[in-house]
Amino acid sequence: MNKLATMPSVSAAPDAPAKPALRVEHPGMEAMRMFLRNPAAIAGMAMLLAMLAVAIAGPWFHPADPFEIKAAPLTPPFSEEAWLGTDYLGRDVLTTLIYGGRATLLVGAVAALLSVLIGITLGAFAGYYGGKVDAALMKLTEFFQVLPALLFAMVVVTLFSPTLVTVTLAIGIVSWTGTARLTRAEFMKYRGLEFVRAERAIGARDARIIWKVILPNALPPLVVSATLAIGAAVLFEAGLSFLGLGDPNQMSWGLMIGSSRQYVLSCWWAVAFPGAAIFITVLAVSLIGDGLNDALNPKLRER
Amino acid sequence: MGTLRYAASRLLQALGLVLAVVVLNFVLVHAAPGDPVETIAGASGGMSPELMTQLRAQYGLDRSLPVQLGVYLGKVAQGDLGYSYFFNLPVTSMIAERVPATLLLVLSSVLLAFFAGTALGVLSSRRPNGWLSQFITVLSLVGFAAPVFWLGIMLVILLASVFPILPVAGMRSIDSAGGGLKDVLDVAHHLVLPTLTLSLVYLAQYSRLARSSMLDVLGSDFIRTARAKGLADRVVLYKHALRNALLPVVTVLGLQFGNVLAGAILVETVFNWPGLGRLAFESVLRRDYPTILGVLLFSSIVVVVMNQLTDLCYRFIDPRIKAS
Repeated sequence: MNKLATMPSVSAAPDAPAKPALRVEHPGMEAMRMFLRNPAAIAGMAMLLAMLAVAIAGPWFHPADPFEIKAAPLTPPFSEEAWLGTDYLGRDVLTTLIYGGRATLLVGAVAALLSVLIGITLGAFAGYYGGKVDAALMKLTEFFQVLPALLFAMVVVTLFSPTLVTVTLAIGIVSWTGTARLTRAEFMKYRGLEFVRAERAIGARDARIIWKVILPNALPPLVVSATLAIGAAVLFEAGLSFLGLGDPNQMSWGLMIGSSRQYVLSCWWAVAFPGAAIFITVLAVSLIGDGLNDALNPKLRER
Repeated sequence: MGTLRYAASRLLQALGLVLAVVVLNFVLVHAAPGDPVETIAGASGGMSPELMTQLRAQYGLDRSLPVQLGVYLGKVAQGDLGYSYFFNLPVTSMIAERVPATLLLVLSSVLLAFFAGTALGVLSSRRPNGWLSQFITVLSLVGFAAPVFWLGIMLVILLASVFPILPVAGMRSIDSAGGGLKDVLDVAHHLVLPTLTLSLVYLAQYSRLARSSMLDVLGSDFIRTARAKGLADRVVLYKHALRNALLPVVTVLGLQFGNVLAGAILVETVFNWPGLGRLAFESVLRRDYPTILGVLLFSSIVVVVMNQLTDLCYRFIDPRIKAS
């Protein structure tokens, strides 16, 4: 949002017709206002903030070891020893929920950031330079689109021992292609427009045109896609750790589901709650993404 | 450019992509710490250094990397993906054995999702703000946000303990005699839950896509013309609009189909479905590199082939598309 608020005035929606008679509102402010008026987006924001608060502050209020055995195995939820019950080993589901969220959210956020950085950089170069650079970078993108993402990440994580870092890298490396294509399309759209040509005419370097002139204009759809990338990365992390390929020393929601899978008929709660946590997190992120999409791309709003 | 020349150039690109995957496979294995012999030694619980040297020579691991790459490429070109460390079987035959189960699961899920999704999309497009449209919006949010393996397990809980009518694991009953109509029914019975789970995700996407595509088409001029000349609502909807609205859905279906194969890993794991995804999962757990790399290569080839077929079909369905 801050980035949008400080956009140079040249870049303020180049194709929007100017109506000098009306009071002109800054596009960033208008988007913010529209976002805040969207109840679904606000609900998503609230859910995500709640999840983050629990993950960050939870261990402070509730210091415990998520791997520790706390009560009798298979204690049902809403009992006194364990509010959300215990799993087949007697580990407290509430504790694992609080600590498991840390790994899942951290990996999801960093992996999404990584994939967006790779995608924007490669997409920007491809779209801006065109020609051979574009052809080569698009070949690379096509190559990564052909690789089955989950399978490839599984291979990478297995070959290079599963830790938080390798899992994050693996997710980031396999999920940047969509962002790259979107960025490329946006850059190709702006590359030939007058305000970019004017910038070039006064002798601006390529780096300045790419990062300071075109990128701020291309940002709205990229912000939306980056938001959705967080949701996808959280799901990806959950899938990997469900398969037992996450960091074995880090409790995570997917790991809880994966390890309790065999015992699900005697303790549904050890699977239902962590799954619901993943669901709520990803739902929150995609509601925010939809809200941002409506606010930032008002032309598409009729859908 | 003629269609034939176009097809040839696409084929060359496809071969290039497959070659790149093979090289990547090779690079990955050699970049990883430790070598296959150490893995085998670890799996068999210790090995003398002499035997390890001998094994390295036997597998050609003592030769230079470019030579090894050349040997590997030659073998792959002949359809030889090596032997599984664990089962000591050729990887190709292990893959071949697992393909039918995965194909069955993927085909039934994608087809179910396609038909149900299109139907939902078409019905909801008649009332863009009706309850069905809102249902699709909710469905697509849930389909994206709910982890597929969790949905599967929740279905298992529901259908195993609340309404125990469906089998929750495997592909056949233990007492299945094999062969005949009874076997077919048995497999179909086991197929219901995995198919339902896997298709939910795609249903969410297809219904949303079909709906917006229908709305797009219904707003175009030729639909207004069709209505203006007095055609019945049904004819306009199904003959004029649906045919055109299906194009993007078919494209997404074709492009996704290859990836569904790998997407089936999670569902196959939940339901113990004896397919390719479970083979990948099992070989990852056993660090059976030849098998996992074989599955990766095979799945990539499927994706490449499906992409090319979709592309060709698309040109065939919509003659306006010309190669850029």
